[in-house]
Amino acid sequence: MKPAAKARKISTGARPGAAELLPERELQRITEAVLRLAKSTQAEETEVHVDEVADTLTRFANNGIHQNVAEHGLTVSIRTVAEGRTARVTTNRLDEDSLRAAIEAALSLAHSRPKDSRLLPMPKRQSYRKVNRFIKRTAALTAEDRARAVRRACDLAVKKGQVAAGIFSSGQSQSAVGNSRGLFTAYRETHSQFSITMQEHPAASWAKANSADVRAFNPQKLAERASEKAHLAANAKELAPGRYTVILEPAAVLDLVGFLFYDFAATALEDKRSCLNDRMGKQLFRQNITITDDAYHPLQQGAPYDGEGLPRQRVLLVDRGIPKNLVYSRASADVAGKKPTGHGFALPNEYGEAPMNLVFSGGDSSLEKMVASTDRGLLVTRLWYIREVDPYEKVMTGMTRDGLFLVENGRLTGAVRNFRFNQSLIEMLKNVELLGPAVRATGEESFEMVVPAMKVRDFHFSEVTKF
Amino acid sequence: MWDLCTNALDTAKLRGAAYGDVRVMHLRQRDLTTKNGQVGTLAQSESIGLGIRVLANGAWGFSSTDRLTREGVAACAAQAVSIAKASALAKRAAVVLAPERAYVDSWQSPFRKDPFEIPLETQLALLLAADAEMLRVKGVTLTETNMQFRKMDSWFASSIGSRIHQRKVISGCGIAATSFQGGEIQKRSYPNSFGGQHLLQGYELVESLSLLRNAPIIAEEAAALHSASQCPEKIGTLILGGSQLGLQIHESIGHPIELDRVLGQEANFAGTSFLTLDQLNSLKYASNIVNVVADARLDHGPGLGTFAYDDEGVPAQCTDIIKDGKFRGYLSNRETAHLVGLDRSSGTMRTESWNRLPIIRMTNVSLLPGTWDYDDLIADTADGILMETNRSWSIDDRRYQFQFSTEIGWEIKGGKRVRMLKNPSYSGITTEFWNSCDAICKFDHWTLWGTPNCGKGQPMQTMGTGHGAAPSRFRNVRIGTAFSNQ
Repeated sequence: MKPAAKARKISTGARPGAAELLPERELQRITEAVLRLAKSTQAEETEVHVDEVADTLTRFANNGIHQNVAEHGLTVSIRTVAEGRTARVTTNRLDEDSLRAAIEAALSLAHSRPKDSRLLPMPKRQSYRKVNRFIKRTAALTAEDRARAVRRACDLAVKKGQVAAGIFSSGQSQSAVGNSRGLFTAYRETHSQFSITMQEHPAASWAKANSADVRAFNPQKLAERASEKAHLAANAKELAPGRYTVILEPAAVLDLVGFLFYDFAATALEDKRSCLNDRMGKQLFRQNITITDDAYHPLQQGAPYDGEGLPRQRVLLVDRGIPKNLVYSRASADVAGKKPTGHGFALPNEYGEAPMNLVFSGGDSSLEKMVASTDRGLLVTRLWYIREVDPYEKVMTGMTRDGLFLVENGRLTGAVRNFRFNQSLIEMLKNVELLGPAVRATGEESFEMVVPAMKVRDFHFSEVTKF
Repeated sequence: MWDLCTNALDTAKLRGAAYGDVRVMHLRQRDLTTKNGQVGTLAQSESIGLGIRVLANGAWGFSSTDRLTREGVAACAAQAVSIAKASALAKRAAVVLAPERAYVDSWQSPFRKDPFEIPLETQLALLLAADAEMLRVKGVTLTETNMQFRKMDSWFASSIGSRIHQRKVISGCGIAATSFQGGEIQKRSYPNSFGGQHLLQGYELVESLSLLRNAPIIAEEAAALHSASQCPEKIGTLILGGSQLGLQIHESIGHPIELDRVLGQEANFAGTSFLTLDQLNSLKYASNIVNVVADARLDHGPGLGTFAYDDEGVPAQCTDIIKDGKFRGYLSNRETAHLVGLDRSSGTMRTESWNRLPIIRMTNVSLLPGTWDYDDLIADTADGILMETNRSWSIDDRRYQFQFSTEIGWEIKGGKRVRMLKNPSYSGITTEFWNSCDAICKFDHWTLWGTPNCGKGQPMQTMGTGHGAAPSRFRNVRIGTAFSNQ
């Protein structure tokens, strides 16, 4: 194998250190270099994706840092089209020989397949709405900054007789898409996240936040919240399984409704694997449920274009409980006689598209109001290990985790042992009684979305565990 | 590659690292899928880079880069040391590593047919033919097939003098038929769900699967499930097929024995474990006929958890996990071994890629074969339900309470398989479940299953694990809970 150091580099500009991204013009130069190389091959059309990531993550447990990592990488992904056939090859070797080999490999892959009857010519140059999600303060965060914040959180745990575990991560990433028909666009963002579990044996609780701007959350406040809830979660009593009114904090809502996102893909309906088959246009959820896919929402992140470089459109998916619209890639839109919405995945793929920036319309009920309005119910901090049991009725199973509290006569009266649920999401969204303001929520089962806390009646808990 | 490794280790030492290990990895992957008779994904990728882990001031730092120049590698190593020093600002105790000697070795997983040398036309033709076999069955509304091949080279070097090169070739293949009818979606997969079977083998794995013979069988079952009876809700006898039992082992034995979970290192994300240190050598984990090992050696088979050395430079080992029903061992690494009284790591540190830190991982966590012939097991069951091929899986964050559902069930009455059941599921508490095992089939029915998608760690890493299992019987199991609506 030829070491990259001896190969001729396409990108001749000085490449910065691990914590810095290339300037956008370098992404454009790499893209143009690949397109230039492809011109001398059999490729009739070529598409280039360039993705760069520089991430860091500090991990702590047992009140101290135990893992602390940094990564930096850049990949070039090339799709070629020849004679109605397409395929993709991705590499992180940027020398000219490797990029030429990747182009030839993509052509060879494509040559081996039958023609793709759904393949469209690549899109031409597009117009994009600018979004700014690159925050210098986040990009400048150091390992020492993260360690000091973690130290403060761990000191709190020690003071309270608790044990802290979690992460503090920050990083930056960028991507560019270009093709041989003149399309080019690029996007960069920063990201930061703090998550903490406070354990007061045998109980635990949890808090987490995520933002492009590290100043948007206070790690110590999150640590304090998790600490207080862990203390409240001690001495959990066992309740019988059954149907309960639940107050789901935003993280719990997110991790459940996150499983709905792919059902709004036109391809999923075409494949008859969506729960929305035969249900579009019907009153499926309660009227207080309105869902939009909106990449431009101020609490959202992610590129404002899709895998083919099409600008993402804002799409009203559910209007007052009625599923109204789907999202479309160029191919699925062509089949359905619709306009593409800018939600396609990079080609070739079998999944088509999906909305990646769900925003629920919220309400004005605070968690406190929801608790105060509840005679008997359960406050759910977060959910865990959620899996789909029935894809059409959208029955999900999973566990409560890190703080399940009994609500009686409008106030929290104690902690409860964790339950397993088997709950239809369709039924759940019919039973939403109150909504909080929509916030940027972060959990562990779904990517981040903008969702509210919800008060839901008749949530089905089927079994109880031992803690 | 060794020059890059040496460069990284020398830089780390100069910057103050007391220990360092470095992995240069070159990963190649090919993904092929079809859907409804058309090619879906058709992609290849390669990734090469270096990751270095160092101990400085008694704490860990890790950094990775794909900039494989002298300057790039040196900057990466220097950053790892800086990060370790930052870690020391919030350390509770200095890291102590179990002793391990240095190894200089090269190893390649055995395979007969390099999947990257098989013409793509051949691979796609087989997938499209299997797809067509399923698509022609009435009632089938979605057909999917896939192949995935990986070739992974790693060069491991450590500051104690190890220099280990390993090459692994992994193949995976599966097919699935889905039927949407009357407000119900039913699915059947072969030879397993979620991508099929995956092994440390070459293209010979694909050729051994008889895809074309099995395609119409699962397609017909997917359509027939609509008219099958609903799996009843009851406490009863359960027989699990091998692939489902493999996942049961993964979730309710493999994860709880990870010592990093036990020690709270995964408390924020993957969770902890009910297997606290006081349980070792005392807990009656399972019935007396249950024997489970974690075996990374090639002798165990070409599993996704098979290797010669782990990513900490420790040779592959076989560890007793459950012996005659008693809990006997954890999965450990050099940092945690001494905490359970071991003088050596059990060799389970694994990394997904050059840009990820090695963490404790399952190897091949397998239920050893029993004594039963499969036909005798069915004939011996007066009233029970056989469940095959996983559909959903979930377990709590301490690994007590689980619930699984499978694609298909079969009612067993009077020692005979009498009718198909749809939407089968079962649930339970881990130790109660394993203590209810009263029959395990013998080696003739034992398969080493591959789980290619085990997620753990932050940042998340996906790892392949192996699970040998033969069909087995469990008594007094709670059945049908997932579809109960009480």
